[in-house]
Amino acid sequence: MMEPHSAPTPKKYSKKPKYSKFSQQELPAWKPILTPGWVISTFTVVGIVFIPVGLASLFSSESVEEAAIRYDDKCLNEIHAQNAVAFIKNDMTNKTCTTSWTVERKMQGPIFIYYQLDNYYQNHRRYVKSRNDKQLVNPASEGDTTNCYPQDKTNGSMPIVPCGLIAWSLFNDTYKFWVNTKSLTVNKKDISWGSDRSHKFGSKVYPKNFQLGGLVGGAKLDENIPLNQQEDLIVWMRTAALPSFRKLYGKIETNLEVNDLVEIVIENNYNTYEFGGNKRLILSTATWIGGKNPFLGMAYLFVGGVSLLCAIVFILLYVIKPRPLGDPSYLSWNKNPGILK
Amino acid sequence: MRHHFSRIHAFSCGKASIIRDNEEHSLLGGPGFSRIVYCNGAEGSGNLELNYGDNYVSTTKYTLATFLPKSLFEQFRRVANFYFLVCAILSFFPVSPYSAVSNVVPLVVVVSATMGKEAVEDWRRFKQDVEMNNRRVKVHNGEGDFDHSKWRDLRVGDIVKVEKDEFFPADLILLSSSYDEAICYVETMNLDGETNLKLKQALEETSKLQEDSNFQNFSATIKCEDPNANLYSFVGSLELDDQQYPLSPQQLLLRDSKLRNTDFIYGVVIFTGHDTKVMQNSTDPPSKRSNVERRMDKIIYFLFLILFLISFIGSIFFGIATREDLENGRMKRWYLRPDDTSIYYDPKKAPIGATLHFLTALMLYSYLIPISLYVSIEIVKVLQSIFINQDLNMYYEETDQPAHARTSNLNEELGQVDTILSDKTGTLTCNSMEFIKCSIAGVAYGQGVTEVERAMARRKGLELTEDDNVANSEAKSSIKGFNFMDERIMNGNWYKEPHAYVIQKFLRLLAVCHTAIPEVDEETGKVSYEAESPDEAAFVIAARELGFEFYERTQSSIMLRELNSVSGKITERDYQLLNILEFTSARKRMSVIVRDEEGKLLLLSKGADSVMFERLAKNGREFEEKTKQHINEYADAGLRTLILAYRELDEDEYNQFNKEFMEAKNLVSADREQVIEEISKKIEKDLILLGATAVEDKLQNGVPECIDKLAQAGIKLWVLTGDKMETAINIGYACSLLRQGMKQIIISSDTPEAKSLEKAEDKSAADAAIKEIVLRQLREGEALLSSSNENSEAIALIIDGKSLTHALDDDVMDLFLELAIGCASVICCRSSPKQKALVTRLVKTKTGSTTLAIGDGANDVGMLQEADIGIGISGVEGMQAVMSSDIAIAQFRFLERLLLVHGHWCYRRISSMICYFFYKNIAFGLTLFFYEIYASFSGEAAYNDWFLSLYNVFFTSLPVIALGVFDQDVSAKLCLKFPLLYQEGVQNVLFSWKRILGWAFNGVLNATLIFFFCVKAIEYQAFRKGGEVAGLQELGATMYTCVVWVVNCQMALSINYFTYIQHIFIWGGILLWYLFLLAYGAMDPTLSTTAYKVFVEACAPAPSYWLITLLVLVTSLLPYFIYASIQMRFYPMFHQMIQWIRSDGQATDPEYVNVVRQRSIRHTTVGFTARFQASQRLEASKRLQV
Repeated sequence: MMEPHSAPTPKKYSKKPKYSKFSQQELPAWKPILTPGWVISTFTVVGIVFIPVGLASLFSSESVEEAAIRYDDKCLNEIHAQNAVAFIKNDMTNKTCTTSWTVERKMQGPIFIYYQLDNYYQNHRRYVKSRNDKQLVNPASEGDTTNCYPQDKTNGSMPIVPCGLIAWSLFNDTYKFWVNTKSLTVNKKDISWGSDRSHKFGSKVYPKNFQLGGLVGGAKLDENIPLNQQEDLIVWMRTAALPSFRKLYGKIETNLEVNDLVEIVIENNYNTYEFGGNKRLILSTATWIGGKNPFLGMAYLFVGGVSLLCAIVFILLYVIKPRPLGDPSYLSWNKNPGILK
Repeated sequence: MRHHFSRIHAFSCGKASIIRDNEEHSLLGGPGFSRIVYCNGAEGSGNLELNYGDNYVSTTKYTLATFLPKSLFEQFRRVANFYFLVCAILSFFPVSPYSAVSNVVPLVVVVSATMGKEAVEDWRRFKQDVEMNNRRVKVHNGEGDFDHSKWRDLRVGDIVKVEKDEFFPADLILLSSSYDEAICYVETMNLDGETNLKLKQALEETSKLQEDSNFQNFSATIKCEDPNANLYSFVGSLELDDQQYPLSPQQLLLRDSKLRNTDFIYGVVIFTGHDTKVMQNSTDPPSKRSNVERRMDKIIYFLFLILFLISFIGSIFFGIATREDLENGRMKRWYLRPDDTSIYYDPKKAPIGATLHFLTALMLYSYLIPISLYVSIEIVKVLQSIFINQDLNMYYEETDQPAHARTSNLNEELGQVDTILSDKTGTLTCNSMEFIKCSIAGVAYGQGVTEVERAMARRKGLELTEDDNVANSEAKSSIKGFNFMDERIMNGNWYKEPHAYVIQKFLRLLAVCHTAIPEVDEETGKVSYEAESPDEAAFVIAARELGFEFYERTQSSIMLRELNSVSGKITERDYQLLNILEFTSARKRMSVIVRDEEGKLLLLSKGADSVMFERLAKNGREFEEKTKQHINEYADAGLRTLILAYRELDEDEYNQFNKEFMEAKNLVSADREQVIEEISKKIEKDLILLGATAVEDKLQNGVPECIDKLAQAGIKLWVLTGDKMETAINIGYACSLLRQGMKQIIISSDTPEAKSLEKAEDKSAADAAIKEIVLRQLREGEALLSSSNENSEAIALIIDGKSLTHALDDDVMDLFLELAIGCASVICCRSSPKQKALVTRLVKTKTGSTTLAIGDGANDVGMLQEADIGIGISGVEGMQAVMSSDIAIAQFRFLERLLLVHGHWCYRRISSMICYFFYKNIAFGLTLFFYEIYASFSGEAAYNDWFLSLYNVFFTSLPVIALGVFDQDVSAKLCLKFPLLYQEGVQNVLFSWKRILGWAFNGVLNATLIFFFCVKAIEYQAFRKGGEVAGLQELGATMYTCVVWVVNCQMALSINYFTYIQHIFIWGGILLWYLFLLAYGAMDPTLSTTAYKVFVEACAPAPSYWLITLLVLVTSLLPYFIYASIQMRFYPMFHQMIQWIRSDGQATDPEYVNVVRQRSIRHTTVGFTARFQASQRLEASKRLQV
């Protein structure tokens, strides 16, 4: 009765299912299985691709010159170290501090200046949500301060622009550089993502009522500059993913030569002492892969190496222990016949 | 499996006249009996005031108004769905880690998909209702004419005219019919599955209303019981011309039954719509859930446990961190302003904050629970059952029946069947009986060769040549039900035989003693028969073919055309039918009492040998020895036998009997049946033996082959039959369930010892003694079994119904089961429907394995509903079995494909699908948890809200559905070639805890690799050459990209069946992610928030983004790949071995395949392959001895 191809034209209504490769589950299919050939060549290909990629990444990462200077401790003299919190909270104390650093290897410009904070939870849910995107971009939504509590309104019920905890806690340390006693210009333009400047922060939105409350968080903003030009704010407000993070502070467009002495004047304003966080100043170049982080390259090398090893092991296994095809002795229920439950 | 000979022919039952003062009728008008129907309901007659419902019937689950609330309620009764509903509601509050809309949308999608499915199903039911409600029927219009009207417009009290082969539109009281006696025949197949016709008769008082015009001035009032579900009782009275007449079920015509053999009837509507008995009876079938689904629930609970656990851990850490934010009024993390905050982050009330955070965490980690799992599984199962329905290999041309999966719940259960419990007649056999042999006056007639004889010959090695078979089938008479060949008595030659007068009586008895109804074809004059059971039809047909044509039956007579062989003339003879002593399973015989034209009173009787021989007269045993010998031969050949005997009665004896019998018939007491039986017993004695008949119960096509395949697949087959032991054993031989040399443990209460006990007075003592015997037999069997286990001999267990009663006692049950499981074949004969169900339950509950019951008759319903899967054979025995089954197929042999191919596939698909679902949700959900470690457990999600919510619905759902619907480990052909593959399902290797946990572990591993690799690689350094670092949004997008790649490629890696559909869904899922990212990122920042231009601006131009994706992808897949490579090569599962064979191109090499199969199958114990092997072993051992 099974002649699906030559099904005669039904004379009357018939319940006979119509034949199609789809309905009979006979669609042409590719049925690969993990044959030794596939396995060995996959491992080999992974190895062959990964090791060069790993080497390239590692090389590229290693070519990055990076200097990290921790200064939150350095910038406290012995007296202040006893009570760092009081020191940092006191507006009257002088917080300027100077440090110097000798360039060990040549750094090709542009050199990026970052500040790095540790143990700082910019990704805390309360913190991340404490902003109002509409207010930032649209002057008409100035009064919209939803989500911003407690930094939404001043005591006089005036809306704060930009509102919210993120803006309020804006980082306010500043750095000045001298190389061989010559002042270095720090370019603070274009340090934020372009889309933030063009679409998330308005060109007609100006800071208002900012940092006027009893408790001052961080930096103050120039009320005459629109938000989309306040790049420090824009960078700060693109919240970090992890509790240790760097943010771009500026760029040095020139090169730094070996043995150049770089003097750095730091305004140590930002309070990290209260939550036990560190502050670092980073000077780093970047390559196509970004900054200095050997992890990616090492991981590529490791995985590539493991793959090659696997390829070799499998080749050996197949040679030493060829499996007779269709050998049933591996079948679980063949091992102890009779026990069928 | 045998039909009950019906109780329809209460011909001699006196017509009820004026109402008797019995209890029932006095209830009329009282509570429960309040219905009043004004027949011919003219305006103002009062029917309208009574406000009985109309005849509109609705079988839909919902109405337009109730659909929404009711189906929503159904949806949220599921734990998982309810949880998601709570999440959705909570997401409108500040506890929510994500925006409300993004959380509600997937829930709405999932719930509306399920509701859509419900709506479509209900719409189909609605359309059926509409069709039914708009059927037309003729209704009296008040002026003596009948007009067509729709069923739905019928009202109580309407007079309707129903014509031949039409269904009754409502419950009617029969007023008159085209017959003068006002009888009509009714087929009640839709109600009880019985195909036989039932006779109904109107009151004599209304029987003259045979013209349309009679009804113009007809008026009557019916008082009757209120609507109820009892099909077999009815109490009412008809008031006509101030006289009360009682109404009984005899006048009641039920909706959904059909008028047969009657030109038309008139009736008055008494119950309409949902008041009708059939609607009152409709209940939902028991809903069954599969093992896999039950285990799935456990996994869901397990996941909930993990969810609660990690939420709890998170909340504790969060609580600690929050409390520490403010110490003695000094803020620690001042940028969070812990001094001025809402309750959620208040350090002074950290425990409350932690508790609320617990809710947040429950919502955040909800991605561990696959929201779309239920709906995906439902969609997949519906599609799978469409494939089952569409399978051309399970379509039966002859009856135009494709397979029909009535429920899609049990698809995967089909792949796990351990034991099949099968009915015999109509399931293994065709239920078409052929009269093939007979023994008359001690002479055996009939030369046909039965299937079983052929099978036996085959077994003995005397293979009948092909030519024989062909010749045989060609010579086969074209008459259905008649396969008798013997020149000695055919064509009227019987009168030349020595015992011609006996032969004449024999044939006459065949033509008279039955309850069949003739149907005369008006054009050809040919007579065909409607009989209650096919063997009865076979008898009447045989009588017709041998010259005794039964052509008309009235209420009181049976007319035959007898061929006078000497003269060649046909004479018409009229037998006055006096009584019918009905067949019951207890009596095992039926008799009729007739008066022939000479005025002689004859008792004609036919019945089983076990009851008939003891009722023979001393002078009636002339041919006893010979006949017994023939019967044994027939039984050996797998034939059903009946003994025919007769007796002449004298008038006094008859009158005495008739009086008692009529009284008994009119008894209205519980023991009525028993009294009738006692009275019948008194007259059915001193019989004179005529001979015996043998009817072949034909095996269905392909049954032995199918059983052989199932046996090779390691599925056990138990046969539960109502037949007697000999017949059952013979069918067992024919099906290769039994073979020569197989030891048989026979447990029977039919031993002389037991019989003598039965005669004892004290019933309970006898019972106990019989039980003792059964117990002893069981123990002996046990001993035999344990001794044979050592030399691995196959043993068969055969047990009869009476012994089964004792074997199923609580204290014996375990012993019986143990014995039965140890045996290769189990045959229960003489078992009642209830016993069938009990055995099924015993196997199901005690062994915990999956049982499948297959049957075709109303007597199998209990078994079908009790078993894990009930398969109905849509054959000739009515629809009852099909209606209560889960899947209906047309032939037993389709079971092979249903189980080995569809069952295996569905099991594999569903279990892989569920494993994969858990894997992908764990892999995703845990990355969220890991991120929390770095976000001080504040509940901030690593991903954008919409990434989160579309994960289950969009980027990963389609491939998994493709897996569930289309995946094949090996092709259908190979499934059938290597039946042992089926054991993967029976032993549940693809859904074992080991495998589930393996997948869960893979999920954890992948989540770990994805998260830590991404975090370590991105860290805090510049993300690209421009010097920008990656923030939360870049990390989220990168990690999410990795997750999408990994879970989709993991899918690609774990299946090895790619049609274009798989390619589209898997690679399409990944592509969709990028497209989504582009489209979503291009939206206004207020909509896209953190995803704004994240791809075009930040990720895509950064080489590290792509390098991380590749690294994480390969690293995550590597562990699985290594595992799979080793497993595939060195520890292959059975399906993988078959894949090897296929890929090496050896699947078509018959010799090779055979070698592999031989080596790889367990020692099969039944089926003809086993039989063949057994005979080979025997030969080999013989050769050794030589």
